[in-house]
Amino acid sequence: MHTPDLKDHAVLAAQFNANEPRVNWHDETLWWVRQKRDRMAWSLPEWEALRDAASAIKHNVLGNLHEYLLEFERNAIANGAAVHWAANAAEHNRIVLQLLQQQGVKRIVKSKSMLTEECHLNPYLAENGIEVIDTDLGERIVQLAKEPPSHIVLPCIHKKKEEIGELFHEHLGTPAGNADPQFLTAAARTHLRTEFLQSRVAITGVNFAVAETGEMVVCTNEGNADMGAHLADMHIACMGIEKLVPQRKHLGVFLRLLARSATGQPITTYSSHFSKPKPGQQLHIVLVDNGRSRQLGRADFRNSLKCIRCGACMNTCPVYRRSGGHSYHNAIAGPIGAILAPNLDMKQYADLPFASTLCGSCSNVCPVKIDIHQQLYKWRQVITEEGQAPASKAAGMKLMAAVLSSPGRYRFAGKAARWLLRTMPGLINNRFNPWYKQRELPEPPATSFAAWYKKNR
Amino acid sequence: MNSRDQILAAVKANQPAASALPDLDGFAAPGTAGVEAFRKVAETMGSRVITISSEAEIPALLKEYFSDMPLIVSADPAIAAWCPNAPVNWKEGDGRQLQHVDLAIVRAQLGVAENGALWLTEAALQVRVLPFIAQHLAVVLQADTILPTMHHAYNVIGDLRSGFGVFIAGPSKTADIEQSLVLGAHGAKSLTIIIV
Amino acid sequence: MKVGLFIPCYIDQFYPQVGIATLQLLEKLGCEVGYPTGQTCCGQPMANSGFEHLTDGCNRLFVNNFADFDYIVAPSGSCVLHVKDHLHVTDKETAATHIREHIYELSEFLTDILKVERLSAKFPHKVGIHQSCHGQRGLHVSQMTELVGPAFSKPQQLLQMVDGLELVTLNRADECCGFGGTFCVFEEAVSVKMGKDRVADHIHNGAEYITGNDVSCLMHMEGILRRQKSNVKVLHIAEILNSEV
Repeated sequence: MHTPDLKDHAVLAAQFNANEPRVNWHDETLWWVRQKRDRMAWSLPEWEALRDAASAIKHNVLGNLHEYLLEFERNAIANGAAVHWAANAAEHNRIVLQLLQQQGVKRIVKSKSMLTEECHLNPYLAENGIEVIDTDLGERIVQLAKEPPSHIVLPCIHKKKEEIGELFHEHLGTPAGNADPQFLTAAARTHLRTEFLQSRVAITGVNFAVAETGEMVVCTNEGNADMGAHLADMHIACMGIEKLVPQRKHLGVFLRLLARSATGQPITTYSSHFSKPKPGQQLHIVLVDNGRSRQLGRADFRNSLKCIRCGACMNTCPVYRRSGGHSYHNAIAGPIGAILAPNLDMKQYADLPFASTLCGSCSNVCPVKIDIHQQLYKWRQVITEEGQAPASKAAGMKLMAAVLSSPGRYRFAGKAARWLLRTMPGLINNRFNPWYKQRELPEPPATSFAAWYKKNR
Repeated sequence: MNSRDQILAAVKANQPAASALPDLDGFAAPGTAGVEAFRKVAETMGSRVITISSEAEIPALLKEYFSDMPLIVSADPAIAAWCPNAPVNWKEGDGRQLQHVDLAIVRAQLGVAENGALWLTEAALQVRVLPFIAQHLAVVLQADTILPTMHHAYNVIGDLRSGFGVFIAGPSKTADIEQSLVLGAHGAKSLTIIIV
Repeated sequence: MKVGLFIPCYIDQFYPQVGIATLQLLEKLGCEVGYPTGQTCCGQPMANSGFEHLTDGCNRLFVNNFADFDYIVAPSGSCVLHVKDHLHVTDKETAATHIREHIYELSEFLTDILKVERLSAKFPHKVGIHQSCHGQRGLHVSQMTELVGPAFSKPQQLLQMVDGLELVTLNRADECCGFGGTFCVFEEAVSVKMGKDRVADHIHNGAEYITGNDVSCLMHMEGILRRQKSNVKVLHIAEILNSEV
């Protein structure tokens, strides 16, 4: 699987597993979130009908995206916003930089936006002399640690409070050794209030944009998007083109599902509907494609564009919980990341669709019913067809196919393998065999079922 | 071709056949919801819920619950009369003038029983940042405006246009540090809902 | 009713006792069972690894072997799901479709087609059920904890007919064991960790045996149990349902 210049999930996951108690902690923390989600789902008898409705609304959006984008643009402009279009990440970053340069600012606040992570906006702006302060607490923590978020909803879920205490001691001057979440959150509140009050520009992400009204909905628990956007002279909202919903009433379906699926709350604390800029303020909306229109054309994979970024698939994924978000080496980790990433770069992310047992739990929790595990299977086929599978694996599979498509060769190979295991187990049970490293092989029986059958029936 | 046209052309070429929108009526059986149902959920969301029989009780309530808060600002003219310490020009400025407000009092258009959320519009807030920047928030809600679900809420909000509107459900909170719930992240540290 | 017995390759080679139990059980229940001797594998190992295009040979063989049966039954939810989802042969599509629509995992065949209501089996032990994902989430042999809906479990329904058997309740009713086909070697670290955690849940809740309807998952967990020198054993559900009174 592993080529030296490419990152590999299996290798990174093995590193994560070097510390088993920490893996247990990570697994149990996220499993707790999954359980909270289950309780919320069970509190609504109409839960499955809501998922059906959400999926159908998003399907309608995909089929009318061209029309909805035009409708949204028209209404947003009528509301007083400026609408920008970015074909790719680089263009998105250039648009944002230009706006910031016009305002002459060197330091800005940003609330959570996975899109800006996908576009690597922060490092780009840093290269151009502008510092971005991430204001979501979890994002601020990973930013101070110089790490990317490991989860789209819980960015620092991989960090222990003691490590966060250390970071705050170093960067915010809190007393050494204080790792109390209450205390650390209060320290961050004070620190970030200063930033909110000083910043003249705020960037936010967008959870939903309504074609009918030209408004955008941003959901947070902390209130950081609102603190930033309402105090700033300029609000820049960055969104992927798939974030649209047709009408305002459709928000009812998505706001009922989003927080329940994400963190097991009935709704986020704040669901803010931005329509017109406040008097004297500029509102800029950047619509970003960056591969989305290409994904829209892939019949097998377009459903991935329904994603509302709740993170439920990560919380339920038994592999994600035991390998950590960074092992996916992509802005969006977990099962959904593994079906989105190959569209961005098939070679770089060829490992991700294989980082799954195809257990299917992700598809079951998905509030918009994306067939995630089926798409993982299909990406595997595409990656192989496109020649991204390692040559050794391809050779092995060809050999296996040749054996299994011939009863004679199959019987011979099976007999040989069992004989080998019985007479020279060391040849197979050794440290070069990844099965044997932490598991015993089955005791080889003297006879196969077929041979028994021949004798007994 | 500029990026706009290029994106739109690619989307048009690649989008699947259009499908119908689902009917949402089944999710919103007509009716209102009880105060108790709302209270129960609102409290689990971290809100304090106080029920009064008339708005005339508000001054007494302010005395009882908020006497330690010197700077109280109300965006509602009727209630503002009971907040004598509010600067007369608190609405003037870009919002930063509100950074020392201890308590903001605003009026909600409606409440949602399934999640304890309150719908606040720009008109009711006067200054958009008010409910976020104030250290604490109190919201006055008429009991008969409590609706069962978000579907009901959007049916009422309909296409009423406001420059800004927000559902607020509880105080500002975070669980980003090891999933420990902490109230008072960046917005109001507490939310008191006064049901009339 | 002519039932074709499909014994997946690794069961044939390494767990013949599971094939024997399945055959004996079906015969006990009055089925006329045939076992085509030219069978090998459903092709899943290649397909799940991204090499579905190499499965034509397996598919053709499968259709040739099983086209003439009323039903095809296998003691593996995973292999059955693969056939159901992916068995196609260009010039034999009618036969392939018949197979896809009439292939059953053993426990669902017993509950849904044979409508078994009692069994003469005895197994006086504490048993934990491992819900293999493909049987559960793919074939729906039991309700899934992610979904809001009425509870049911075909394997549990059958195990409750076994005299003396006591089912243990797990902390995580249907988490994946981490076998995942070639995942178990390409992602060795996570695979083993998942297996260890699954096994620990059964042990913690007092299981003496772990059973399920997929030998692949059981083989993976057995490998871990044996390395840990645990007394807990794995048995395929057919072996328990076929155990003598």
